[in-house]
Amino acid sequence: MGPWPRGLRARLLVAFVLVTVLGAAAAAWSGAGSASTALVASAEQRLTEGLTGRIDAVTPQLPHPPDRDALDRLRAAAGPDTLVTYRNLRSADGDGTGLVTGELRTAVRTRHELVTQRITADGRPWLLIGTPVVITAPDGARTPSGIEVYSVHDLTGVERQIGGLAAAAAGTAALALPPAVLLALLASRSVLRPVRRLRDTAQRLADGDLGARLPPRGADELAELTATVNGMAESLQTSMTAMRRMQADARRFAADVSHELRTPLSTLTAVVEVLATAADGMPADARESAELAITETHRLVRLVEDLMEVSRFDAGTARLRLEETELTGAVRDCLRARGWLDRVDVEAPEEIRLRLDRRRLDVIMANLAGNALRHGGPPVRIRLSASREQVRAEVTDGGPGLPEQVVPQVFDRFYKADAVRTRTPGSGLGLAIALENARLHGGDLTAGNADGAGARFVLRLPRDGAVGVNGADGEDG
Amino acid sequence: MAAILLIEDDPLVRRGLQLALNRHGHAVRTADTGEHGLRQFHSERPELVVLDLMLPGLDGFGVCRRIRADGDVPVIILTARGDDFDVVGGLEAGADDYVVKPARPTVLDARIRAVLRRTSTPDGVREYGGLRVDRTALTVSLRGEPVMLTPTELRLLLTLSRSPGRVFSRQQLLEEVWEQDYLGDSRLVDNCVQRLRLKIEDGSAPPSYVQTVRGFGYRFGPL
Repeated sequence: MGPWPRGLRARLLVAFVLVTVLGAAAAAWSGAGSASTALVASAEQRLTEGLTGRIDAVTPQLPHPPDRDALDRLRAAAGPDTLVTYRNLRSADGDGTGLVTGELRTAVRTRHELVTQRITADGRPWLLIGTPVVITAPDGARTPSGIEVYSVHDLTGVERQIGGLAAAAAGTAALALPPAVLLALLASRSVLRPVRRLRDTAQRLADGDLGARLPPRGADELAELTATVNGMAESLQTSMTAMRRMQADARRFAADVSHELRTPLSTLTAVVEVLATAADGMPADARESAELAITETHRLVRLVEDLMEVSRFDAGTARLRLEETELTGAVRDCLRARGWLDRVDVEAPEEIRLRLDRRRLDVIMANLAGNALRHGGPPVRIRLSASREQVRAEVTDGGPGLPEQVVPQVFDRFYKADAVRTRTPGSGLGLAIALENARLHGGDLTAGNADGAGARFVLRLPRDGAVGVNGADGEDG
Repeated sequence: MAAILLIEDDPLVRRGLQLALNRHGHAVRTADTGEHGLRQFHSERPELVVLDLMLPGLDGFGVCRRIRADGDVPVIILTARGDDFDVVGGLEAGADDYVVKPARPTVLDARIRAVLRRTSTPDGVREYGGLRVDRTALTVSLRGEPVMLTPTELRLLLTLSRSPGRVFSRQQLLEEVWEQDYLGDSRLVDNCVQRLRLKIEDGSAPPSYVQTVRGFGYRFGPL
């Protein structure tokens, strides 16, 4: 047996077939064994009885002590391949008599009874029979005559019969093989079908179909396991449903709140500019108040916009609008629009064309460059590169870099690395949104530190136009 | 500067925008529903309509379509950012531009002026097949029949036909025609092209005047 086969089915098959075939073989062998023993015994009995019968028929007519002629007559009566001895007289016939062993003769002489011995000579099995001749007087007294008869018999025929029996036994075992395999298949299927059904159910559960159940059948261990799995799925479903509902409520609330905030913000946005234009004629404190109102209104607008954006990601309603874009130009446009072109160094090949959502790219790059300028320090660099599968934008700054414990948290919502919540114009959602935007494209965004110093953010976007494409791509008018 | 009709249902937003646009020198009339807005539109004949999409009763799309059916008065829609459906619907209803709420009055003012400026440098009459473009009188006729174009459609046609055969990317057209910041929505271009085609092409495919160059943009001709 080499390595134990893998898989329940294979194991069951192998075990089943082994047991069946070995059983059949053992039965056949033992049957063949006892049959062959019986065969040999009966052959032996037949031969010895025949010999003694023939000797007994002749013995009374023999003179005593026998002469050479008497021995010859006895030998002729005893049959072919025999040897008759009396003291030093020998009468032999056939060429097999040389096979008679000294061992046998000693046994006959000492035990005064018929002795048989089986030997193998010339590659053939032989039966040797040796017997002393006993003279029975008319009064029934039996005296040994000193005559010994040995006869040699070839057992090849019997052996052949035994071989046939062994072959039959092997054949029986072989015959057992196909039905054993068939039975094993059936048995393994009957055991494995519920196991497979259980596996499929577990797979569906794992894939998020928490409604998957398996009707339990029977009362065996598999049925118990099924009931356990069903129970597990049940409690999982209950808690998941509750969690989803809470999550959906929270998200809807965030979306509703930001939506509701937009209306008063629209008014504020409209009127603070009126205040701003009128500020010149105001007393100093009123002017400062007006400026604060303007700043804070715009901050509030940003925050609400970002909240809306986040809740769209949460609700899965964020849509990509892919269009053929030249990346280097788009990144420069993004910087130009914010007046950062002279503060950010862009290293990029002449042209990188790919399909992406321009607005979302702009959001990502503006956020990364803005963070580098605000929290890092010069020099702020953007390196663009492209392979066949993806494009890469690396944003580094010359600042102190991100503290080790901050790195895993920079993409968290409302996480601000500055321990003191300094009044930065950010909403605290920028990096979270940037990451979501990268993922929406089927790409990713990672944070870390550059080899020298300073933070390094790497954006990767796939070139094949990403996933879940919908919305107008403006390919044709 | 301009006579503007503002259709917006929230009274405070309406008043705030009116105050702000007044500051920018516009004469602003207001209406609180689509139906009132249309009535005002017909009686006042404003130069431009600023239209909120979310209106009770007849919504912004409906109002926009009726104004369009009535002529070529430009329409700017106010929409909530990211409600893509709103933008597309508004553009398909024939709006010339859109501004995302909450709208900064300076931005809204810039868009209003850009839409109203959509006239081109006059340089005479050109004929392209059956299409006649008078670049001085700013009129367009097709096989002798006058074609009514909105300022945006006209400016798009003038821009494209200025260099027949030259391919303009959507980005270039946004900058030239809409004077949009670089992140303008390319669907502005696509929608305007569609509307223009409806008016000047004979409906056979592919279009002969405004042709699509896949992956790049649009060009005028070659016929």
